[in-house]
Amino acid sequence: MLLSELRQGQSATINRIGGNGALRRRILEMGIIKGTEVYVEKYAPLKDPLELIVKGYHVSLRVEEAAKINVENVR
Amino acid sequence: MHQKRLTIALAGNPNSGKTTIFNNITGTRQKVGNWPGVTVEKKEGRIHKFGYDLKIIDLPGTYSLTPFSIEEIVARNFVLDETPDVVIDIIDASNLERSLYLATQLRELDCKVIFALNMADLARVRGSKIDALKMSDLLDVPVTFTVGNKNEGIDTLLEMAIKLAESEVSNLQKRRVKYNKDIESAIWKLQQHIEDNTDGNLPYNIRWTAIKLLEDDKIVKERIIEKTGAVSGDILQLTDSLRRHLRERFDDDPEIIMTDERYGFIAGIVKEVHTTSTRERIDISRNIDLILTNRFIGFPIFVFFIWAMFQLTFTLGEYPMEMIDGIVGWSSAVIAGLLPESLLKDLLLNGIIAGVGSVIVFLPNILILFFCISLFEDTGYMSRSAFLMDKIMHLIGLHGKSFIPMLMGFGCNVPAIMATRALESEKDRILTILITPFMSCSAKLPVYIVLAGTFFGPRAGTVIFSVYLLGIVFSVVTGRIFRSTLLKGADAPFVMELPPYRVPMLKSLFIHMWDRGKIFLKKMGGIILIGSVIIWALSAFPRYIQYSRDYDAEIADVKTTYALKMQAVDRAGKARLTEESEAIVSALLNVRQVEKTEKSFMGRIGKALEPLFAPIGIDWRGGVALVSGFVAKEIVVSTMGVLYAADADEKSEALHSALKASGMTPLSALSMMVFVLLYLPCLATVAAIRRETGSLKWMFFSIFYSTSVAWLAAFVVYQGGRLLGYS
Repeated sequence: MLLSELRQGQSATINRIGGNGALRRRILEMGIIKGTEVYVEKYAPLKDPLELIVKGYHVSLRVEEAAKINVENVR
Repeated sequence: MHQKRLTIALAGNPNSGKTTIFNNITGTRQKVGNWPGVTVEKKEGRIHKFGYDLKIIDLPGTYSLTPFSIEEIVARNFVLDETPDVVIDIIDASNLERSLYLATQLRELDCKVIFALNMADLARVRGSKIDALKMSDLLDVPVTFTVGNKNEGIDTLLEMAIKLAESEVSNLQKRRVKYNKDIESAIWKLQQHIEDNTDGNLPYNIRWTAIKLLEDDKIVKERIIEKTGAVSGDILQLTDSLRRHLRERFDDDPEIIMTDERYGFIAGIVKEVHTTSTRERIDISRNIDLILTNRFIGFPIFVFFIWAMFQLTFTLGEYPMEMIDGIVGWSSAVIAGLLPESLLKDLLLNGIIAGVGSVIVFLPNILILFFCISLFEDTGYMSRSAFLMDKIMHLIGLHGKSFIPMLMGFGCNVPAIMATRALESEKDRILTILITPFMSCSAKLPVYIVLAGTFFGPRAGTVIFSVYLLGIVFSVVTGRIFRSTLLKGADAPFVMELPPYRVPMLKSLFIHMWDRGKIFLKKMGGIILIGSVIIWALSAFPRYIQYSRDYDAEIADVKTTYALKMQAVDRAGKARLTEESEAIVSALLNVRQVEKTEKSFMGRIGKALEPLFAPIGIDWRGGVALVSGFVAKEIVVSTMGVLYAADADEKSEALHSALKASGMTPLSALSMMVFVLLYLPCLATVAAIRRETGSLKWMFFSIFYSTSVAWLAAFVVYQGGRLLGYS
């Protein structure tokens, strides 16, 4: 399942991060790596971007960027 | 006594409280400038403490030292090339895991580093505890606690920094992240090869160089080619084959694996030193966000904040503005009274005081606006506004944070362009700077009011609204075009932290506000002063004009004639005659002024540009008014007033009828409005563009681009309108 398909209030575990060099590396460097828990705090009023809680802090990603992240274990 | 000088660099994530600590250490003794060649802000301060002369450098806030963004390159190059005596890494204690990523990268570099666990009080409230001693032990780095906003632990931190700077270099090889076996063996092979093939004369630590090469770091690669010359081919070849091997082994790029490994290493450290109690924490910040980024009321609240900022900036700012205006007027009156008629007096009054005075009145606007913007930034609301607006701004290829500067452009472009500093990516910043001038600023409004009011009567409001709309359309189209051509590929990923809301510190707000004000005032003394003098010279020279009529004699004539007439009438008649004579004299003076302007260099420029202005339906007088508008757009109206021989005031009926009589048509008026909307920004804005882009190239590009777009658009309006049968 893609991270962008999660609904508000759902959690999941990061499985694979796709995308090209810079974006992918940036996401990884922010601590969004394989095995990390994410919680979808909310979507912006216009449904893009979305706000996540990762490693205890809040971060926002565009939906197109979240669509490059595979997650599993959706709760 | 000569004090020993030490350089201390502050590194840390954005929102780690680094700037607060910097402000606490240096107070107001700080210098704000730009890092050479880029538009990233550089802050440094000097203090004397513990018998040392300390130079503190505030590095740009970054999450990593991978050279992707300009900020990261700047921060890393400073540590590598300027070799500060100590680097202090400010770590947000409530965000330990992510903060340690930058920390491990700093640790891998060849520098003396201290970790400052900042805002630990907040972390404790949130139920987490960090064992600093253990952390110091495990990482072999001095660790201390600070509370930036309460100014706690700062002295201890500085003392530790000085002690570390004066100590012998510890064994840096001990301090390293251990990667997995395959990567370690690749690092070792590359390291051996570099050592064997060079005389060890490398710019940086060899292990670090090998790691960076394996990570395909472009900057280190270039540096290797530069330094090692002939053998660099060999080194890079080995690097490539090792990278290929690792990619096959892990089915992913080595740099990705290494990022993973660093986080693995960090997870190990965090497990050892960090304890979290499991109690449910009350998160005020999340509750605030329930309202401020709420699906239904998030936008209305945002609009309200922006409206309030606009009101404060332009309404509250009006009072000090009037005061400054009064002071400028008063000082020019004083000088007018003190000095005899001379060229110097004219230069002082009409050149310097009028020119600089017309721009310095923006100072209150700028101070208030930057107070508001710092308030947004320091509380954490700025990133929420980007979160709300990103979807819309992304359509133009911009970041959500570009919205505020662009909106401010409707008020005044100078603070708007200065507000682009809030954008992290340089390309976003330049793009925003290029399109902001198309947002029609308030100084252009009088021009529209005069032209639309004269030629469009009851439809004036609609016409002016359409002109504003046209400006927005042009900025959107320009944004899209530039994003896919000139500033391509830079659509930075929107991986943005939403930091917890914080109570802002008044001191920081004032420091930020004053920084902006200082920059603005410095500009006054420089480019704007010079520009005003040039424009003045163009309209004041040549000094002696061969007038077609002898105005002085005619005026004297009128005076004597009326003096004679007055002797023969009663008091009421005298009043009437005085009025009559004054009207004739002022009409004559006006005609003389027109001739003077026409024959000045400015007028000649206008006339020379006539072939350019003719196709867009503007005569030489309009042309001169437009050229003079470079100083400030308000001047367009007053110049038109002079040239069309009428009282210069947008409400004045005289100007309306004079314009109608001049042969201007509704179509040419529309064309002129479009031109005014789009053509080159005023002197102060141009100076701001020069400063904020850090380059003359972008400044000239902006001037050239906006003026050509203006001409083309006006041409289409005028010639298209004529083809359609309008006049």
